[in-house]
Amino acid sequence: MKDFLFLFRMNGAPAGSPEEMQAMTKRWMDWIGGIAAQNKLTDRGNRLYPSGKVVKPGNVITDGPYTDIKESIGGYTIVKADSLEEATELAKGCPGLSVGASVEVREIQGM
Amino acid sequence: MKQAELIPHLFRTEYQKIVSVLYKLFGIEHIEIAEDIVSDTFLSASELWGLKGLPENPTAWLYTVAKNKTKDYLKHHSIFTQKIAKEIKYSADTFDETEIDLSVKNINDSQLAMIFTVCHPCNPPEAQTGLALNLLCGFGAGEIANAFLTNKEVIYKRLQRAREKLRTEKIKIEQPALSEIGERLPSVLLTLYLLFNEGYYSSSHDAGLRKDLCLEAMRLTYLLIENEYTNLPAVNALFSLMCFHSSRFEARTGEDGAAILYDDQDTALWNQELIQKGEYYLNLSSRGDQISKYHLEAAIAYWHTHKEDTKEKWENILQLYNQLLQIEYSPIAALNRTFALAKANGKTGAIAEAEKLNLTDHHLYYTLLGNLYTDVDNMKALQHYQKALDLTHSNSDKVIIERNIAHLKI
Repeated sequence: MKDFLFLFRMNGAPAGSPEEMQAMTKRWMDWIGGIAAQNKLTDRGNRLYPSGKVVKPGNVITDGPYTDIKESIGGYTIVKADSLEEATELAKGCPGLSVGASVEVREIQGM
Repeated sequence: MKQAELIPHLFRTEYQKIVSVLYKLFGIEHIEIAEDIVSDTFLSASELWGLKGLPENPTAWLYTVAKNKTKDYLKHHSIFTQKIAKEIKYSADTFDETEIDLSVKNINDSQLAMIFTVCHPCNPPEAQTGLALNLLCGFGAGEIANAFLTNKEVIYKRLQRAREKLRTEKIKIEQPALSEIGERLPSVLLTLYLLFNEGYYSSSHDAGLRKDLCLEAMRLTYLLIENEYTNLPAVNALFSLMCFHSSRFEARTGEDGAAILYDDQDTALWNQELIQKGEYYLNLSSRGDQISKYHLEAAIAYWHTHKEDTKEKWENILQLYNQLLQIEYSPIAALNRTFALAKANGKTGAIAEAEKLNLTDHHLYYTLLGNLYTDVDNMKALQHYQKALDLTHSNSDKVIIERNIAHLKI
């Protein structure tokens, strides 16, 4: 088993009524719970606050990334799988996909 | 209580109290001396009480005799006086029987210290549970073997090895310092949890013995609750879990000794007092900001004290299993989570998830699939139940699976 990083990219800030948000949280928990039930969850990961700083060469520091910029990273999770294909299959269940988010799947290369 | 019943009863309750104090006095190197003195005390009691009748206060009598025998031991063993008594701070000359402190407080402190010694991580968990039964509950190798469904020889060797390990590692019989409690507690809680589960889920037919195991696990957990330093949220959560489970003791076994499944239990037999205790300790466990697996399992057990199937109940149970699996994977939690998923979200999605679990060497995996396919595709349900039958060795499980097959409309 290898570890794979799921990077969740959001398309803007999540929107919806409180009920819709709650329903989304449940779907998200059910999805992660399903991965954990297959014993394929390495690290549940975390969500990220939308604002931050970006440090660039030459001591250039900018605010950002902004949520209105498409595809800012909203969170991450680490799963276990035998192959990139299997990890990708797991990612297909991500409930964020139905509201425009995307999941980038990357194998973690151990140091 | 008649005399014939009194001695075994005292043996259970007082043996453990006296021996814990003496274990602490003699130290881990000489726990056999402590055991010999207490056994000898009870031997004297059964001989003398048989001839002369019961003393006025049997417990006080036992304490006095145990103190005297300890004192005599220290006096008459010169080697002990020279070599060992120094280590334990006493010598025969200055030794005074009042120094053997059999007060309630010292008994509790000694038992608590022994819990930490027995659950020292230098021994693996299965050795710790055996050792706990042996040193904290006074169970012999035979009884432990019965409970663990293995033979006496295996247990005897395991106990000897574990005792030896405590000696060679020179594990002190003392309560850990306040700063160490957080680090040592997980291994204590795991052992008490396993001890309880051994009693609750064991397929041993000796129902009395299984109940004893559960009650002992609860008694030891309660000792942790009674001490202000170990009365921590995870301890409350574990005790709450034990209360909820044990509330169903009377309902889960039929008169013929056969298991009665949750769905078929008579809720009038559920012990309301234990359920309320469980709720009380579950509330207490919610202080602090850490959620342990005991919190989640206690909360799941809480929802099971509501017999009625409601959307709310199963949605809560599902989310608790989702969290539990993120903390710690186990095949049983994965199967139970999928059952809750079917109840909360419907069978279709749950079947797809169940088939991903791939627990093909567990009969419970096929039992779950059989259950999920029932009334969806009864032929498939039958195939799964038959695979479950092939995989299980337990007769009571076979009876249950066959009953499920008989109910299939094919």
